[in-house]
Amino acid sequence: MTLLMFFVWLAVVIAVSIALAWGFRAVATAVTQGEMQRALRNAPLTAAFGMLVIFVYLVVAILAPMIAPFPEREVVGSQFMPWSAEHWLGTDALGRDMFSRMIYGTRNTVGIAFATTALAFLIGSVFGLLAATVGGWLDQGLSRLVDVMMAIPSLIFALLLLTIFGTSVITLIMVIAVIDSTRVFRLSRAVAEGVVVMDYIEAARLRGEGLVYLITREILPNVTAPLVAEFGLRFCFVFLSISALSFLGLGIQPPTADWGSMVRENATLITFGDITPLLPAGAIALLTVAVNFVVDWQLYRASGLKE
Amino acid sequence: MAHVWRMIAQRLALGLLTLFVVSIIIFGATELLPGDFAQAVLGQAATPEAVANIRRELGLDQPVYMRYFDWLFGVLQGDFGTSLAQRGRPVTDMILSRLGNTFFLAIYAAAMAVPLALTLGVLVALWRNSLFDRIANSTALSAISFPEFFVAYILIFVLAQSGYFPSMARMPAGADLGEKLYRAFLPALTLTLVVTAHMMRMTRAAIINLLASPYIEMARLKGMRQSRVIVHHALPNAIAPIANVVAINLAYLITGVVVVEVVFVYPGLGQLMVDSVSRRDIPVVQAIALIFAAAYVLLNLTADVISTLSNPRLLYRK
Repeated sequence: MTLLMFFVWLAVVIAVSIALAWGFRAVATAVTQGEMQRALRNAPLTAAFGMLVIFVYLVVAILAPMIAPFPEREVVGSQFMPWSAEHWLGTDALGRDMFSRMIYGTRNTVGIAFATTALAFLIGSVFGLLAATVGGWLDQGLSRLVDVMMAIPSLIFALLLLTIFGTSVITLIMVIAVIDSTRVFRLSRAVAEGVVVMDYIEAARLRGEGLVYLITREILPNVTAPLVAEFGLRFCFVFLSISALSFLGLGIQPPTADWGSMVRENATLITFGDITPLLPAGAIALLTVAVNFVVDWQLYRASGLKE
Repeated sequence: MAHVWRMIAQRLALGLLTLFVVSIIIFGATELLPGDFAQAVLGQAATPEAVANIRRELGLDQPVYMRYFDWLFGVLQGDFGTSLAQRGRPVTDMILSRLGNTFFLAIYAAAMAVPLALTLGVLVALWRNSLFDRIANSTALSAISFPEFFVAYILIFVLAQSGYFPSMARMPAGADLGEKLYRAFLPALTLTLVVTAHMMRMTRAAIINLLASPYIEMARLKGMRQSRVIVHHALPNAIAPIANVVAINLAYLITGVVVVEVVFVYPGLGQLMVDSVSRRDIPVVQAIALIFAAAYVLLNLTADVISTLSNPRLLYRK
């Protein structure tokens, strides 16, 4: 019977999501104007759903202390209390309020993943653009280095580096950012290669412009679009790998509320038929699905494909 | 035939070179430690004598390149050094029993995922823009976005709860194949679900790309049956992209295996690696990282060789 119930619930969830997405699109179309309104009106329901989810996560992350009924790290009850009116999602292995930790987790997990992605983009695009612009031995050296780094599976590489540097949030951010920046390097270098050979770059070079001017004023504006689309996808990868590492106990460390480690700490409950530990995992999944839906729509729009 | 062998030999040499450089990175990463290895293992409170002892024991008083070649020659003879956490236990011992388990799980998952994904991929490519395609695509996109442990726990919740399959994949020593397949079913299914989604989407993209080419349109316009167009005209040219897709996704299994093994307490390399990372047992982590990296390089190499073999233009390149 469990299996049947599972599918019934799945159907209900999908129906509700479709309704919410439709409603969100209607509201969004009503409050925006011009170009933006036209784009939103033609957005598929999946994209509308994605935007709704991202919007909700943002609000929750920003307003976390106001929404959460209990503090993030305080023991407020006995261990593993069931769901109740006071503790909506019960309490965890130490007696902290699950619902409040879920809310603070939005801020911590998503914030750290976002910071890591931003750092990866900073490192990757700076070196990628440099390699494309300067060329020669710098390009060769950096490209071969990236090739070799990409020959090691990223999670395995991250585990190796975490063994060496120990596990803390700062090392976690640095390690994941460096590993992920190799992918950004590839993309930004490839895109910039196409721009560097343009006549206006030649003209700027002949004018005697410096390297910094060339990169920031001439090349960067012409490579932003693909990099922005890539940011969404990269964020998903980074978010998933940080969650995986936290789940393995090697990422974000307690007592910080974080979705990956919350699943790990409360996993035993699943064998007793309690779905509470699935909720943080579901929260991770929901956000990545949402970002993917939006990126998919943006890529489709950018490619100009029509059915 | 000679040029085929030459091409394969070239690729192999390139793969070996890559592995060599990878081994330098895996070994050299420890040199990035501020201070050194012995200090890091013992912590701040260690006495200078203890640090000096460990340093001698590990050969840290030798120059880097000497230690690297010592390690490399050891590895080539199947000796990965000794564990730091369990004093004196050879790393090879710890790895050997688990290596088989991990490969068993990966092959099990691949055997389920590859046929399933390829069939689904071809089907959605054929019926593209239909309702089936849309549903399959959204499901796949969602499945890709799920963390492995989420999929794993959902399966535990749904299947293990109802008692169909065990949620803890302990492998008794004397188990026969059927027993092993039964016990490893949930971990393998988790990996299958995650990998299938990726593979299906990539297969779909590869085939749609092909179906858009003029010679397929020509075959259709001749009045050829749809099935014949696919089997005789599209598939031979799809081998290269599909081989790539399969290899990339099998390589993806390598990372997936780590998380899944931890969820199901499966006695494999991934779990050993995670335990060793938290114990900072560097020799064990290095050994396992090298094994996984070798498998990864080898898979990519195979895909490269297959796609070259299937494409005469690449094979007879001047």
